[in-house]
Amino acid sequence: MIGKMNALLLSAVWGVIMMFSSFLFKQKLVVRNLAVIGLVFVLAANILEMNGTVFFHIDTREMILFDRFSLLVNTIALISTLVYFLLSGKDIVKAGDNYAEYFTLIFFILTGVILVSSFQSLLILFLGIEIISIPLYILTGADKKNLKSNEASLKYFLMGAFSTGLMLMGIALVYGATGSFLTSGIVTSISNKGADSPLLITGMILLLFSMSFKVSAAPFHFWTPDVYDGAPTVFTSFMATIVKAAVFIGFIRLFGESFGALQSQWQLLIAIITAATLFIGNITAVFQQSVKRMLAYSSISQAGFMMLALYAMNTDAKEGLILYTAAYSLATIGIFAVLIKLKDYSFEGFNGFSKHQPLLAATTTIFLLSLAGIPLTAGFLAKFYMLRATLATNHNFWLAIFAVLMAAISVYYYFRVIQAMYFKDGDKNNGISVSPAFKGMMVILAAVVILLGIFPGLVLNWYYF
Amino acid sequence: MIAVLLIVIPLISGLAAFFIKNEKAVRSWALISSLITFVISGLGLTILNDTASLQFSYPWLTNLGSSFSVKLDGLGQTLCLLTAVSFPIIFIATWNSSYKNASRFFALMLLSQAGLMGVFLAMDALLFYFFWELALIPVYFLCSQWGGEKRIQVTFKFFIYTFLGSLLMLIAIIYLYQQTPAHSFSIASFYSLDLKPSAQSWVFWLFFIAFAIKMPIFPFHTWQPDTYEQSPTAVTMVLSGVMVKMGLLGVLRWLLPVLPIASYEYGDTVSTMAVIGILYSSLIAIQQNDLKRLIAYSSIAHMGLMCLAIFTETRIGMQGVFIQMFNHGINIIGLWIGVELIERQFGTRKISELGGIAQKAPAMAILFVIIALANIALPLTNAFVGEFLMFTGIFSSTITHYNILLTVVAGISIILAAVYTLNMIRKVFYGNTNSLTENTQDIRKNEKIILAVIVAAIFVMGIYPKPFFEMTNSIVDAIIGKSDMVPFLKRH
Repeated sequence: MIGKMNALLLSAVWGVIMMFSSFLFKQKLVVRNLAVIGLVFVLAANILEMNGTVFFHIDTREMILFDRFSLLVNTIALISTLVYFLLSGKDIVKAGDNYAEYFTLIFFILTGVILVSSFQSLLILFLGIEIISIPLYILTGADKKNLKSNEASLKYFLMGAFSTGLMLMGIALVYGATGSFLTSGIVTSISNKGADSPLLITGMILLLFSMSFKVSAAPFHFWTPDVYDGAPTVFTSFMATIVKAAVFIGFIRLFGESFGALQSQWQLLIAIITAATLFIGNITAVFQQSVKRMLAYSSISQAGFMMLALYAMNTDAKEGLILYTAAYSLATIGIFAVLIKLKDYSFEGFNGFSKHQPLLAATTTIFLLSLAGIPLTAGFLAKFYMLRATLATNHNFWLAIFAVLMAAISVYYYFRVIQAMYFKDGDKNNGISVSPAFKGMMVILAAVVILLGIFPGLVLNWYYF
Repeated sequence: MIAVLLIVIPLISGLAAFFIKNEKAVRSWALISSLITFVISGLGLTILNDTASLQFSYPWLTNLGSSFSVKLDGLGQTLCLLTAVSFPIIFIATWNSSYKNASRFFALMLLSQAGLMGVFLAMDALLFYFFWELALIPVYFLCSQWGGEKRIQVTFKFFIYTFLGSLLMLIAIIYLYQQTPAHSFSIASFYSLDLKPSAQSWVFWLFFIAFAIKMPIFPFHTWQPDTYEQSPTAVTMVLSGVMVKMGLLGVLRWLLPVLPIASYEYGDTVSTMAVIGILYSSLIAIQQNDLKRLIAYSSIAHMGLMCLAIFTETRIGMQGVFIQMFNHGINIIGLWIGVELIERQFGTRKISELGGIAQKAPAMAILFVIIALANIALPLTNAFVGEFLMFTGIFSSTITHYNILLTVVAGISIILAAVYTLNMIRKVFYGNTNSLTENTQDIRKNEKIILAVIVAAIFVMGIYPKPFFEMTNSIVDAIIGKSDMVPFLKRH
């Protein structure tokens, strides 16, 4: 089979270009602009690929498949990254000394994201996950002189390496049971030999655990708050949104395609993980005093909602996950972009924010409403699709009801930020200064969040046409 | 077209109001917008009262089976008229209150009006849910920003409470949607569902909790007195006059006709909750010293009675509910205006600190007393018509064994209402003046006019309610007819 891989190759190549850019350009902003240009190229290549224009024809030996689902997801990931660059690019170059390398690593991560969303072989999945993870370990520790950042990086590395071990073990066992790394091979083997091989089930469960670790689903979430809190905030923003969503896409592909026939074996397990993730994420987020840490837990609870797609595993679920990816990533990037500008990450840091920056406060409110799932925002329809997918399975309604109870709790911590911004007076003048371009981007982003909340077809139609 | 305009006018003018910085200008802007809305809803009842102008449908989320479909039926006409009447009244009555950030205040008020109109008009379950939430958001900001001392916590409790209810309703809506053969959210497809009794019963509770929180029905009422007390009075008027009707509308349009078997099955349970609430809140109202809390508890009792009349499912009782929904809105807004006038003049709402106002402010006393008497359903007032019909309905109900008991217990509430209302009037308006009320000024002209309009409405509806019955006849038949289609329900 001839693979189409415009974006994959371009993003890897541009990563290398970025690596050497710091020799050529001494000005930080030039490097940033170069990264933005590169990303636009990658995005354009990906969109051309969706429309059938292919630059490179390479035989991938059925290990990679760029179908509509993966291309659409890649587009969303690339657009989110572009938004992230435009909003927080200036803060990326400020995160440490090696500003060009940060962009390099982000481009490499995007390569991994593209691999994970389109894998057809467990080896490619492994490769993609590792290409994502290793640069992330470095980015987490980017603030070299900060002890918290170092600690987070080490913690993330140790835990990540451990879960990678689990994943390899799982892949090996699955290979042992089915004799194939390829999705198609696994599916054929299951249909021929049946699904009751203990080797296969064990391998699948190990894969389930290690993927749960990567998307920070409970009870494998313990690294998340510390790592997200310790990492420089700009990189937390990237980790919590694009990376997490991409791994979810890999997760749903793995269990939907390779292990689709084993659904009765893993469905209840995933239901329990989902419920636990929702519960722990939401309840713990309520007690946080720092907005950054709250967002870390919020990302766990949002992961719980995305797990519902995995649980349901039907067409609604795939559509829902696409929408959820877009809604969650865009809103969270927006909130983080504001958070980075603030000095004080506690809830009190937002006190009186609406008086100093009425426009930013209004857009942040829209993002928070979207995360809480209030209608007219993309977040509502994303949650709606998840609930619809869950109810379409026609059993285990308790999971849907539990999910909405948890969503009601999530309102508590999201609205604490809104309350601080609007109803509390700031004692000190935390006058942050932002450029008009930043404000303009935020307004556009908020408009997109609302537009997707009214016309989800803007994204979802791409899935079909 | 009328139906769309009722939503679009407040929506657009509300969004525009954010940018009018002058306080006087934005005030007039809001008033003019609400008057236009009022005129349009008037047109919808009279000249343009035909299907073509009352109905509108446009495909929206086509692959989900949802459309932007709105229609002004008898129920919608009643509640949209109430909304359209209330907002100008509220704006005029609070003309002299000044607000910080006035442009935001009036913008949010108009947006909440748009949301409410949407809830009353939506003929598509998903659209209904959208508006149901959207009506809440502006009110949340209004209460939290311009309310009393404890506003933030109280409003937050209110918000989370109602949000939880509506999420449960969302599950119910999605479940019903999955059951429709064509996967559609339209009300017609919901009405043609024929669910098994076992499925109906749990869906019923998901819906009912959302509506019960909104109305509110005992034991889901705990947010209400605090919220009414802490909100700025203009918002309290919206909340108590119009917004609580969302719950009743939900039951009438989305619960009874969709789940007739469960509504019958749990009719007695709901009736019991309603009756407990009626007695309980009336008794608490007697104890209240704060005018706002007194009216808040009295409102719980009135809403309980309407809920009771709905779930005893008689034609005449339902007719009473329809007229009472409107009357309750008008009367309670009148009461709040009185409270607002008293609070603005004396800086207190404590009944114990007031007295003898009638000597100094006769016009206010006369108008307020008439409204208060309407609140206890004295004959010739509008509420008498509604309550009389509702009690007749409850008494003659054939679907419950306890019709007499329910009538008697709920009837006690009329006596209790007289106790707390007359007591309040006696203490606030009569007796001797004290140091606080010695220099009472009578009310201003605009306030006089608006109270007089309310009093006039009270008498007109009390003496000649016939046009109103004609407006709601067919929709009452439709709702009752839906549950008659399950014939064994009526066999006793």
